[in-house]
Amino acid sequence: MLQAEIKKKLREFTLDLSFQAGNGCLGILGPSGCGKSMTLKSIAGIVTPDEGNILLNGKILFDSEKKINQKPQKRKVGYLFQNYALFPNMTVEQNVMAGLGKRDRNSKKKTAAMIKRFRLEGLEKRYPGQLSGGQQQRAALARILAYEPDVILLDEPFSAMDAHLKEGLKLELEQVLKEYEGTAVLVTHDRDEAYQLCDHLMLLDSGKVMIQGETRDLFAHPVTCHSARLTGCKNISRAVKTGDHQVKALDWGVELTAAAKVEDRITAVGVRAHDFQPVWEAEEGIENLIPVQEPIITEMPFEWYITLKNGLWWKTSKSIHHHSPANVIPPWLYVPPEAVLLLEGELE
Amino acid sequence: MDWSPVWISIKTASLSIVITFFLGILAAWGIVSCKSQKAKMVWDGILTMPLVLPPTVAGFFLLYIFGVKRPLGSLFLNVFGIKIAFSWGATVLAAAVISFPLMYRSARGAFEQVDENLVAAARTLGMSEWQIFSRVLFANAMPGIVSGGVLAFARGLGEFGATAMIAGNIAGKTRTLPLAVYSEVAAGNMEKAYGYVAVIVAIAFCAVLLMNWVGAKDERKRKR
Repeated sequence: MLQAEIKKKLREFTLDLSFQAGNGCLGILGPSGCGKSMTLKSIAGIVTPDEGNILLNGKILFDSEKKINQKPQKRKVGYLFQNYALFPNMTVEQNVMAGLGKRDRNSKKKTAAMIKRFRLEGLEKRYPGQLSGGQQQRAALARILAYEPDVILLDEPFSAMDAHLKEGLKLELEQVLKEYEGTAVLVTHDRDEAYQLCDHLMLLDSGKVMIQGETRDLFAHPVTCHSARLTGCKNISRAVKTGDHQVKALDWGVELTAAAKVEDRITAVGVRAHDFQPVWEAEEGIENLIPVQEPIITEMPFEWYITLKNGLWWKTSKSIHHHSPANVIPPWLYVPPEAVLLLEGELE
Repeated sequence: MDWSPVWISIKTASLSIVITFFLGILAAWGIVSCKSQKAKMVWDGILTMPLVLPPTVAGFFLLYIFGVKRPLGSLFLNVFGIKIAFSWGATVLAAAVISFPLMYRSARGAFEQVDENLVAAARTLGMSEWQIFSRVLFANAMPGIVSGGVLAFARGLGEFGATAMIAGNIAGKTRTLPLAVYSEVAAGNMEKAYGYVAVIVAIAFCAVLLMNWVGAKDERKRKR
């Protein structure tokens, strides 16, 4: 169990957040430079917050009021750096052993076990510079887990990785996180990564928590315009309430019916690009139909991107062997009521 | 040819590099770990002075501090019975002081180039500050430190101005190779100067070769 309340003045903004993370993986999702890494570094003791407190399994790591600031050496955190920070002058084996004290009689055994677990056998005597990106990440994870930390902190683990390596490594990390019994915190700007790896999510912007909650729930009901954007919703329009379940999307010039009840405080409405359904023959009285006018069609390898005149953006899958958009563009698009996201807050 | 300047020079440069090497690294570590930017700048300025001052001015200060009639100089003379000015020790002192900034600056640059995440990672892995210094910082700064050491050695070997000021030019005692070259040329003995020049060029070139060899070896070890 990790509890943190952190305040720190940074150059552009003040980091000011509080959160707790139980077992499982907490994701911190936010644009670059929003204070995500600073949060992790504060937990690890690499930087010192101006104010606040950090508790890990009941142990005080930092408390500005009680003037407690444990050294990073005493915090028992496993920190996976963006560039993995393997010691270039040590072999894989020495790196994995680096966190194990000389007095630890089992250090050889533990190292061997970790090397086996992370499939680094045969690479023990190699230097990090001689490893591939994926092997480096596995070595860094082996080094962290050999240390038996109370919490794992993962700082953008895939940002330095080639796209074709990412998928496999994400699966591996997912496995590691599942097997790990303590708390893990993952920082990322990639919503797919957050969705795949984290049980809980916290959306961060300019040092403030926008919203936090269960990952799937947060993607299904982003609540604010801001979190809708961060979770990947491309279509957001200013909106006014017109009925118990009706809103008028001002930017798109259409009236939409939502499955949820429309509250007075909503300011905007969102529809994810994947959620539109093509309609070829319109029947009388069907709601949520949007006429497709003057569409701009963009071909991607596996998808068509269709931008309507009113700015709506629709994605539909295609085969790599077909290049003709004929029969792709329907006269109408239908939005299922449950796909209409009712949003609060400012739309920037 | 009188070989005494060669031996004096080699002894002087060797002892002074040992002193400079450790002091330079310690100073660099101190400056790198210093948190106040202002203190960093001021200390760096002081430690770099011998490099930018004319050697005769540096020698002037040494004479001012270690002269027989000066407080520190007389302290050494009266308490320890050691006369520093115009002794062989003074050649070591001059060489060490003049070559110190090269060692210090190279080591500092090398430390600062070590990825700070490595140090942070070492801390989170529970390594002590001393272990971090020796196994992470020093080990990864090694190529820069070695080249700084070689530069400082070569500079100490070629030290002339400060040595002349504080150690003088006493044949067989404080006359190092550069002073010998100067003396022979001043006396019109070009033939003798050739020999000393050749020795200096040979030693200096070997030092640089050694530096490049160590650098290349390190490179090979880490890359495929």
